[in-house]
Amino acid sequence: MARIITIREALREGMSEEMRRDPNVFLMGEEVAEYNGAYKVSQGMLDEFGPKRVIDTPIAELGFAAIGVGAAQNGLRPIVEFMTWNFAVLALDQILNTASKMLAMSGGQVSCPIVFRGPNGSAGQLGAQHSTAFESYYANIPGIKVISISNAYDAKGLMKAAIRDNDPVMFMESELMYGDKGEVPEEEYIIPIGKADVKKQGRDVTIVSYNKMMKVALGAAAELEKEGISAEVIDLRTIRPLDWMTILESVKKTNRLVIVDEQWPMCSVSSEIAYRIQKEGFDYLDAPIRRITAADAPLHYAPNLVAAALPDVPKTVNLVKEVMYMKK
Amino acid sequence: MYWYELMYLIRQFELMAEEKYKMEGKIRGFFHAYVGQEAIAAGCMTATRIEDPFVTGYRDHGLALAKGVSPESCMAELYGKATGCAKGKGGSMHFFGKDVAFFGGHGIVGAQIGTGAGLAFAEKYKGTDNVSLSFFGDGAARQGILHEIFNMAMTWKLPAIFLCENNNYAMGTSVARTSNVQDIYKLADAYEMPADSIDGMSPEAVHDAVARAVKRAREGGGPTLIELKTYRYKGHSISDPQKYRTKDEVEEYKQRDPIEHVLNTILENKFATQEEIDAINKRVNDKVAESVRFAEESPWPNEDEVLKDIVMEPNYPFIVD
Ligand SMILES: Cc1ncc(C[n+]2csc(CCOP(=O)(O)OP(=O)(O)O)c2C)c(N)n1
Ligand SMILES: [Mg+2]
Repeated sequence: MARIITIREALREGMSEEMRRDPNVFLMGEEVAEYNGAYKVSQGMLDEFGPKRVIDTPIAELGFAAIGVGAAQNGLRPIVEFMTWNFAVLALDQILNTASKMLAMSGGQVSCPIVFRGPNGSAGQLGAQHSTAFESYYANIPGIKVISISNAYDAKGLMKAAIRDNDPVMFMESELMYGDKGEVPEEEYIIPIGKADVKKQGRDVTIVSYNKMMKVALGAAAELEKEGISAEVIDLRTIRPLDWMTILESVKKTNRLVIVDEQWPMCSVSSEIAYRIQKEGFDYLDAPIRRITAADAPLHYAPNLVAAALPDVPKTVNLVKEVMYMKK
Repeated sequence: MYWYELMYLIRQFELMAEEKYKMEGKIRGFFHAYVGQEAIAAGCMTATRIEDPFVTGYRDHGLALAKGVSPESCMAELYGKATGCAKGKGGSMHFFGKDVAFFGGHGIVGAQIGTGAGLAFAEKYKGTDNVSLSFFGDGAARQGILHEIFNMAMTWKLPAIFLCENNNYAMGTSVARTSNVQDIYKLADAYEMPADSIDGMSPEAVHDAVARAVKRAREGGGPTLIELKTYRYKGHSISDPQKYRTKDEVEEYKQRDPIEHVLNTILENKFATQEEIDAINKRVNDKVAESVRFAEESPWPNEDEVLKDIVMEPNYPFIVD
């Protein structure tokens, strides 16, 4: 029997099930316990697991990330929540200079099984300092894995995989999607890290996206369908390692690729995909690979500037038509 | 009288803006009200001069207004209009007014502690006797940057005043739950920095403490930490259900309301008549109403503003695909 639950609940189920299964898993972060989470992801978890395993921290991202990284090296499996990934920048030193490099520096002796999670990217009119999408930052780092989810089913299955994974995993969510509902099975399941998901089959063009931009990708595909254009839509789900084989297989069929990416354009996830697909699939391409990214600027506050800066359905539809040489 | 008018302006501005947010949806994003903490802005203003740079966190409306950023441009900023104090680019958390040495509202908790020291460094370097004031919350006091900055500010005798606005909560977390050290002013001890703990509901007390610190800093004596015990009447932001505190606790603090307190002092000592107070109230309420009219009638920013104000260089090659 499948159930319809929110992404918020799916994440909570994933964490709670793993905490029941393994006493070494614990959750730590700002407002995760008594306040039940700034976005209510951890609602009720303090009641179930108690203050030893659901821990409120002071506002000290560098410090509590370090405690997590140390604990992970010494036998525990921390889940560290950042209220948003914007604040995780303070902890980047621990993630990049310690967690990601432990195994290499220690010649394989010391691993660091830890999950860092929280909402990522823009969430309306929150201004420049609360709106950055960080997938490409972390995807650049060898030694860690980066997941960015778009629906409840993936949220739960990948959360469980992330907690069981023996390497540091960055898990990116979105404030705007916590209430989104989706079907989740009653029985236990795990989604392997590093596998993209073909959300919609199509013939004419491949649209690749992830996280909340999946709504734009699927919305554009629906619009295009009305005009007789059949788009295949792929949800990356994991950014690192990147499942480029699934994209390539799709491009072999459609011969066209459009990427919808909330990153800033320079050195973004779309840059990497474009490189990989032109290298591995040059002979299959009938048009240049194109992308829509966030504007090459911090996100401003005014509603019209937010709308102008971010990818949306009309921009995506237009771009698809361009790669199909239907426009001018 | 100045204190009363300024505090009343901040209070009325916040209440009006909150209404526009909640009732009409004209303001969006995070919105953190200064209601209850007005005495701090008032006391700091009379103890400093306009050239002294201020920098604060996202709870920035009160200090911006105090510094002299106009209510019109503040309200327009909340609306996201081109006439706002940051051209509609900053929003509630990022008010700015460089002409009045207001270096803004900042969104990353604790970062401004360091920025304030940098502002002070520049004043000292340039040879002025200006003093910087950095405001931060009790929650921000737990960030590591505080220690790095206190150490350098004290070592280099920077003309910096650090003001911890202790309203007892960081979102839903009380001060008691964040540290073994409840008296935040004691954090200065490790660096032998002078520190004070002050009633932040009293503009007089704030003024006196800040004036002492300013004098020391202007004379080359270096930084001071001032802990201001205050209270926010509203939730952390508009969306906060406030389950972590009781209504009684909020009421108790409202009994010590700084605006009421100053008003009583004025009337009891006959510094002003009720008529004069009524005239001030009317002037303030008119100003706030005018700020709303101004914001509503102002234009949205042009869409090409997306790629403006990003770098100073005029012909920067943005990636536009
Ligand atoms: C580095 C960082 N971590 C977390 C947050 C989220 N956050 C915003 S305000 C806040 C509470 C701050 O409390 P305090 O410093 O006491 O200031 P107050 O809101 O009471 O004025 C938190 C956790 C943030 N903006 N930046
Ligand atoms: Mg506080």
